[in-house]
Formats: sequence, C-alpha cells, structure tokens
Amino acid sequence: MQSPLGDRLYRTITTVCAAAIPFVLVLLTAVVVRAAWPALALHAGDLAFGSTWDVPRERFGAVPAIVGTLLSSLIALAIATPLALGVAIFTVDIGPRRLHEPVAFLVNLLAAIPSVVYGLWGVFVLIPLLRNTIMPALLPLGAVMPLFRGPAYGPSLLAASLVLAIMILPYIASVSREVLRAVPPTQREAALALGATRWEVVRDAVLPAARSGLIGGIMLGLGRALGETLAVAMVIGNRHAIPDSLFDPAYTMASLLANEFAEASSDAHLSALMAVAALLLLITLLVNVLARWLVQRVATGLPGSRWT
Amino acid sequence: MPRLSLSFRRVGLPALALAALATISACGDRRSSRADSATALTPSGTRVDLTGAGATFPYPLYSRWFNEYATLTNVRINYQSIGSGGGIRQVVARTVDFGATDVPMTDAELASAGMPVLHIPTVIGAVAITYNLPGLARPLNLSPDVIADIFLGTITRWSDTRIAALNPNVTMPDTDILVVHRADGSGTSYIFSDFLTTVSPSWAAGPGRGKDVRWPVGIGGKGNEGVAGQVKQMPGAIGYLEVVYARQNRLPVVHVRNAAGRFISPMPFEIASAATAVLEADRKLFASDSKGTPDLRVSLVNAPGAQSYPIASFTWMLVAPTAIGPQKSRQLAAFIRWALLENPDVASTLGYVPLPSEAATRIVDRLDATLAAGRPGPP
Repeated sequence: MQSPLGDRLYRTITTVCAAAIPFVLVLLTAVVVRAAWPALALHAGDLAFGSTWDVPRERFGAVPAIVGTLLSSLIALAIATPLALGVAIFTVDIGPRRLHEPVAFLVNLLAAIPSVVYGLWGVFVLIPLLRNTIMPALLPLGAVMPLFRGPAYGPSLLAASLVLAIMILPYIASVSREVLRAVPPTQREAALALGATRWEVVRDAVLPAARSGLIGGIMLGLGRALGETLAVAMVIGNRHAIPDSLFDPAYTMASLLANEFAEASSDAHLSALMAVAALLLLITLLVNVLARWLVQRVATGLPGSRWT
Repeated sequence: MPRLSLSFRRVGLPALALAALATISACGDRRSSRADSATALTPSGTRVDLTGAGATFPYPLYSRWFNEYATLTNVRINYQSIGSGGGIRQVVARTVDFGATDVPMTDAELASAGMPVLHIPTVIGAVAITYNLPGLARPLNLSPDVIADIFLGTITRWSDTRIAALNPNVTMPDTDILVVHRADGSGTSYIFSDFLTTVSPSWAAGPGRGKDVRWPVGIGGKGNEGVAGQVKQMPGAIGYLEVVYARQNRLPVVHVRNAAGRFISPMPFEIASAATAVLEADRKLFASDSKGTPDLRVSLVNAPGAQSYPIASFTWMLVAPTAIGPQKSRQLAAFIRWALLENPDVASTLGYVPLPSEAATRIVDRLDATLAAGRPGPP
C-alpha cells in the first residue's frame, strides 16, 4: 500500500534534519583540520608534548593549555557534582514540596546568565575574596599540601574552577532532577514498605536506578566546562605554564583561542591555533565516548540496575 | 513622586528641547562652514562606497571621521574593527579597499603580498605603564632598563636598589612586584615589546617583539580593561595600557626616562614630540630627491628629543593602490588629506594624539603625488 503523501513528506523532513547535524559536524571538523594541517605537519610533536608557547619564534607547545583545560574542568566537576546532586535530590525527594519548584527555578536561572557576567563576577567579587580571605586562610596548609602553595595573586586555576563549577551546576542539576523524577514511584513505595528511612530510600532505591542518567548529566556538565571560553579567560590568569598549585595562574585551550585568534596574522600562528581547536574537538569527543562507555557499563553491570 | 515628575515636565523637558536645538544648530553651523572645501574633493556626484577593516585602537576616531566625511561628501566608508591582524589579512586578500593596523607589516609579509601596500600614519598611539603602590606620594620614575628587568622577572621587589636610585626621597614598599600583561594579541603589546626590544639586549634575546610574546613572568589580563582591573585590585602590581584608556580612567602612570635622560609622562605633547623627533632625525624619509611615498613603517619607540615620550607608535591605514585601482586610490587620498589636514581636532577631542601638522602635510603631499602619478611607490 502506498503511504500517504504527508507521511512521506514527514519522513523526508525528519531525515534531512537528522542528517544535517552529522553533516555540519563533519564539515566543521574538516574545515578545522584543513586549516590546522600546516601546523599539524610541522609542529605536531611540539603541540602534543611541548610546553613552550612562543609566537614570535613559532614554538607552539600546547601541553599547558591542555593540562589547564582538563584540570579546571575536572576540579569544577568535583565541586559542582555533589552540589548539583544535592539540589536535585532536595527538589525531588527530600525538601518540602512547596520549595521544589522555586529552588529548581532559581538553579535553572543560573544557566541563563551570560558567560561574561560570570567573568565579571569572578573578577570583581570572587578574585578579591580569594586573594584577601580564602587564599591566606589556606596558605598555611601549603606546608603539607602542595595544592595550596602561594603566591596567591587571585587569578588562578582555583578561581577558574570555581566559576566553572557555578556555571555547570544548573546543567547537572536539571538533568539529574529529571532523571530522579523519572524513577517510578513504585520503587520508592517498595523501599518505604520495607521500612527504609527517607535517606535510605534515596540511597538504595532512587540513586542506583538513576545512575546512568546521572552520569549523562555529569558528562554534559564536563563537556560545557571544557569548552567555556570567556569567563575562564577573565579569571584564570592566562599563563602558559603547567600549574603546580591551585593558586597558580594557568591557561585553557578555549581561552587561548579566544585571546589570540583575533590578532593572529602569521600563517603559522593561525594554523597552530586551528590545531589547538582540533585538539579541543578531539578531547571533547573522547570525553563523550568515555561518558557513553561509563553509562553503558553502569546501566548493565552494576548492582543498582537490579531494580530497573 | 508626582511632584518630582511634574517638576521634570516643567523644567526638564524644555531644557532638553533647548539643548537639542542648540546641538542641531551647532552641527548645522559646522557643516555649512566646511561644506565648500569638502565638496571640491569629490568631483563626481555619484555615491561612492569604500570598505575597510582592521585595528580596534583607532576605531572610535575612524568611525567619527567616516561619519563626518559622509555628511560632507558622497563617499561612504564602512569600517569593521576586527583587529590589526585581520586588517592585514583582508588587505592582502583584497577583500577590503583599505586596512588599518597598529603593527606594521614585516618585509616578509609585504613580499608575500605580491603588491605594494602603502603604510599611511593617521594618528599616534602610546603605551602607559600603570602601577598600584598605595601611599606613594609622587609619580613613579622608571628607566627603560629597569622596566625591561621588571618585565623579565630579574627585578622582583619594589624595594630593589635600582628602583630606589631612580626615585630619591621616596620610600618604596618592600613588597613583591606582580607583572600584569595582555593575554590577548594586541597592538599595545607590540608597541610595548618593541620598546623593550629596542632598549634591552636581554629582552631582545629573550621574548622579543610581537603582538603575542612569551612573557617570562606575571599574569595575563584580557584587554585593556582586564589589565587595568587586575592592577587596580592588586597592591604591588604593574602593567601596561593603551594611553587613552589609562588617561580616561585616571590611572597612575610611570614617568619613563627617554633617550635624552629625562623622565616623561605620556601626555599628548610629549607623545607628538616623539613623532616629530623621529621624522626630523630620519630626514631621508622626506628628502626632496626621493620619489613616491616614503616607507613610513618607522618605529617611534625610544625617540630622540628632550620632550619625547619613549613608548609611542603610529597607527597606519594600509592602501594597496594596484589592488583597488586609481579611482578608489584617489578617493582614499582625498579622505586622508581631509582627515589629517582639515580635521585634526577631532583626534584630540577623542583623546588621540594627532600627527604634528608639518609631518601630516608632508605625508599627504607625497601620497597625493604618488597616487596622481599612478605610481604605487615603495611600501
């Protein structure tokens, strides 16, 4: 039987839409790699293993930027994840019902604030606070923990990680909230019927069932942290060196691109920046593959899944 | 509240209307007085569109110039401030009629462009060094070698004897120096590193000159506002800024020792003096027997002359006559004549330092001669 015209049209439109995304991605990758090619051919070793970024002498070592990108994102994730899960659990299972919506609304509002505003907040509020209060308080710890060694200028890996943590919080929180809400009520009721306390219900019945979705949310946050540009460039101190301590200035790949692209005039410099962009694309891809793999492993192999 | 709004209606509105009228009539006067000389510049009556792109530093001045020029003539000039690097790229790619840059093209860039690209100075820029030393009674005096060693990280404390020697009768605090530099590529960094390269052999052997250099110490701020913000917040900090930004924000500036041994603050007269002194010293640029437009990619740093501020530079318009043809070249030359000779006050009112009038006249005359003769001339 011939399918009606509407069906065929609908099918065509959705196919085109679905094909457009991979097409754009492939095109984008192709353009970036093509522009990066001269640098990849000439400086590949330097880009991947060198730590000297010296434009006039055409040395393009991207290791400090790569390390800074990974460190700032992972620290941000370590700060934001517990907070976001706390918010999500509160607004689904624990807190008073009339607070659920307002709290979720306020957290989502964080996602609507433009990046530059976070940067300005970082420069004018967070950095003075870090330099005058938090860093001096932590410096004595530096004697035993090298993470907290000074000099404490303010603009630092820590400042960037804190700003990033606040920026990715709403993404993780709102995905987690939806995931927790999707856990069937029967799950909770069953646990309650077995005499579980509210905390035990969340811990043993809700979180394990939601685990794969939660990891997805966390990875979404990580992806955003890796690519964040402006706010990071404003607070990280923009120094091409691998940081020894949380108080050291550092660099990220995205802020390097934002800082140097507009005024780059030599072909070698432009191409090296494109190569950094290609590397960033690759790292983001790897993170997503890793996330997929984690989600699958968690969804199939771990004890929590026996309820799902 | 109602009373307040009533009083605004009674007094505020008529006042506003009066002010508006006054502005309009003032504009009208200015226009009519200049119209005669300007209409003579463009003989044909058809509308002409020119496009340009490049440096952000002169953008406020250029857009003012272009707007005023458009009201006087039939020439509309559209300018995108995409940065000096972009300006050079677009001129070479022939996607614009002219470019603008704070950093002159290198010989290699000119050679690979495959056509002559004229560098036409339009206005003078300078870099101010700002600092945060609470309680310092007098302006800080620094010499070029000390500045270089601070930015190299060789001098690390404000109480250093070499700083003290330059500032007698001032107690320098015994604190660390924190260097703040630009993180984004910038003509300001180019001028400053050009200065450091000129005055310090160890800087020349180390970081060298460029829009992005490898700063040995310190933290990077994004834009003038990023550097200024971090210097303002951190006691003990020192950084460099585009001079108009420093002046508008009333930041303390270092008095820099010039080639003649005097400590000079970056004021308009002292900045213009650097250009006058360099053009005087380099007489062959305008020697009467040389033909065509001279190569004006000259650096103004560490200029001779008792009054010269040592960290100054031209900013240039880039014109490739062979790429845009004689007609557009002549239109651009007419604009440049008008901007540099008939309208230098605009630059001063916006905080820029106009070219000294004698230098401007020579540049414009040579430019006209070059383009009228259809000769591309040297770069």
